[in-house]
Amino acid sequence: MLGFLTRRLGAILPTLVLVSMLIFGLQQLLPGDPAKILAGEEQDPTVIAYLHQKLHLDEPLPVRYAYWIGGVLRGDLGESVRNQQPVLDLVLQKLPVTVELAILAMAVAVLVGVPAGIAAAVGRGTAWDAAANAFALWGLSTPNFWLGILLILLFSVQLGWLPASGYVSPFEDLGANLAAMVMPAFVLGNALAAVLMRHTRSAMLQVLSADYIRTARSKGLREAPVVLKHALRNALVPVVTLGALEFGTLLSGAVLTEQVFTIPGFGKLIVDAVFNRDYAVVQGVVLVTATTYIALNLVADLAYFALNPRLRG
Amino acid sequence: MPRRLRLFALPALLLALLPLAASAQTLRVGLAEDPDVLDPTLARSFVGRVVFAGLCDKLFDIDEKLQIVPQLATGYEWSADSKALTLKIRPGVTFHDGEKLDAAAVKFNIERHKTMAGSNRRGELAPVSTVDVVDPQTVRINLSAPFSPLLAALTDRAGMMVSPKAAQAEGDKFGTKPVCSGPFRFVERVAQDRIVLEKYAGYWNKDQVHFDKIVYTPIPDATVRLANLRSGQLDFIERVASSDMEKLKGDKKLKTARITEIGYQGLTINVGKSEKAQQNPLGKDARVREALELSIDRQGLVQVVMDNEAQVGNQWVAPSNAWYAKNVPIPRRDIQRAKALLKEAGVPNPSFTMVAPTTSDAQRLAVVIQAMARDAGFDIKIQAAEFATSLNMADKGDYEAYVLAWSGRPDPDGNLFSFHGCKQPLNYAGYCDAETDKLLAQSRATRDPAERKKVFEQIAAKVLKERPVIYLYHRNWLWAYNAKLAGVRGLPDGLLRVTGLKMAP
Repeated sequence: MLGFLTRRLGAILPTLVLVSMLIFGLQQLLPGDPAKILAGEEQDPTVIAYLHQKLHLDEPLPVRYAYWIGGVLRGDLGESVRNQQPVLDLVLQKLPVTVELAILAMAVAVLVGVPAGIAAAVGRGTAWDAAANAFALWGLSTPNFWLGILLILLFSVQLGWLPASGYVSPFEDLGANLAAMVMPAFVLGNALAAVLMRHTRSAMLQVLSADYIRTARSKGLREAPVVLKHALRNALVPVVTLGALEFGTLLSGAVLTEQVFTIPGFGKLIVDAVFNRDYAVVQGVVLVTATTYIALNLVADLAYFALNPRLRG
Repeated sequence: MPRRLRLFALPALLLALLPLAASAQTLRVGLAEDPDVLDPTLARSFVGRVVFAGLCDKLFDIDEKLQIVPQLATGYEWSADSKALTLKIRPGVTFHDGEKLDAAAVKFNIERHKTMAGSNRRGELAPVSTVDVVDPQTVRINLSAPFSPLLAALTDRAGMMVSPKAAQAEGDKFGTKPVCSGPFRFVERVAQDRIVLEKYAGYWNKDQVHFDKIVYTPIPDATVRLANLRSGQLDFIERVASSDMEKLKGDKKLKTARITEIGYQGLTINVGKSEKAQQNPLGKDARVREALELSIDRQGLVQVVMDNEAQVGNQWVAPSNAWYAKNVPIPRRDIQRAKALLKEAGVPNPSFTMVAPTTSDAQRLAVVIQAMARDAGFDIKIQAAEFATSLNMADKGDYEAYVLAWSGRPDPDGNLFSFHGCKQPLNYAGYCDAETDKLLAQSRATRDPAERKKVFEQIAAKVLKERPVIYLYHRNWLWAYNAKLAGVRGLPDGLLRVTGLKMAP
């Protein structure tokens, strides 16, 4: 366990360095001069020249990387050129919002997807299975923004039950926070629920046909403990991996949902930053996302240990 | 389904209590984008100007007819040689931090616009050489050359006054905590979420302020913005999708307004920006450009692309504008004549690539032009490019034709000079003509409107014949708002004025 952990941790640092270089390098491939975008409609040449100098745009790439990474190591992610706010503040302001959305969406996905997957596997070929598969197909093929807008039209415009958009901090007003998050969490979790259902179903089917399950059944165990205790535990390993990876995807992939419900989260932050060529913000956000991904993978690896005794040796 | 409804019931109940908690005196405005930096000197976005309309007063304002009216300046006088403008400053005006707004503050602000690193106002105030404080309420702006568009520039960000004390204390971070002298003062900003302003008790015109608070919320998607208005979460939204206007007609709870913009939608053609201009018949031969214009049915274009929410035009200002040059009317579509011109130019089937930004309007426009021009024999290829990329291509002259819009300025000079003056920053067409340059300079030096109009007519006759830009139409600013909101003024700059706005009980 310890050896495994050291190996994993040891790999993190070089990965992060590589990621930071990639982020920086790829960003430079974006076409268009950021100074020109920032100079706005007027395109005043003095302003463009000033921005070139301010953002070190005329310096060679390695020098610019050094400026940035030096700042990052000192805990300074730079400043948004568009609205002058420090990137770190923006990240700290937006990250909790998206994390909350992702957690709620994950809760929706797990609470719907895993039981549906179990039901579909146990009742293979029955109406349950067909219903769960139909749900999965629907979940995977419904575009987020479309579902989001339909929900807004129904629950906000027609019925007036839920706010159409916006975000209220849970520390300010928990009720209003949940009211604002119900629809986005459902929309974002919906597709993931379908994915989790499919994976739980196939993993369960595989495990349920394994020898040890037959043994458990022949011991005279009732079906419930066979399914929930013996089978589910092993079937969950791939599902957990997927869940951890998908959690990262939720974080960065909440973009559309955040756009539709105007939730001021991470996704909106990065999309706007890319279009505005706000390099510092893009770099900061991607770096934080990458770090989160790596951390989540580590957590997933640790979860294997808890779930699968064979790995502990 | 019933179970899910129950799940929704609790938050819904909590939510129902919300409106009681929020003050009825808050005006909630939905914006189409998140504004950039809130410093009038550095600001560059249209949407930022919507917020400034509540936050920062200007020396002058415009009225419905684009006439210049007093705001912080109560009067002005030009010197006989038109090289000095003397302004009388409204007495008793204070900034949001309580500092006095006097002639010294005006001098500070104009100098800040002129000298601050990264200032976007330098171009608008280019001919301003010095500023003199004559007495505490009088300031004189001295010019290196006569410059008639100056007053119009002072109706926009160049005329916005910020507190010198706050500006000095905050330096280039001033935009995160702006201190101006408008009807509302800055409270907080959460990027991409909200900008909150509250009523300024010391405002000089506070009788006209009927809200305690304004919350501006950026919601980029037009459908979602409208849904928020319809669900009662917003009181006012800007930039309604033109396709939604028809539906809103029947909605008794909402009102709409449409204002023809002071900008334009056009097609810029590379006539001299790079070598590419000479490699293509469109850039090389004015007859080919004329044929292209004659192949376009503007009314049809507006119908298909804009759902009729635009005014057709052929100049840098709309036909309804006082500065429109009547000597060059909108040409009708004439395929026969277009074909004849192409034949005369020796290229019956010219082919070129048209760069169009990836916005849906620009893409639709490109496709419709492509189809219309085909009737005259044109073979147009459309190249979609994200805006930043397209701007770069335009600036390098790496294009043949470019779908480009301009948000417009109150004075025609702001739609004209930088686009058609030799080597000017926005002259993507690369048009350069000594005679035009002379006329442009003359239009800046002439103050008499009738004489100035004659100069514009001469410019129109020259430029519109060469067609570095084919002007197509002027979009409508489309607004929708709560029917109880009274006092909404549709001014041509498309910015919501918050003084005089009132919510009926």
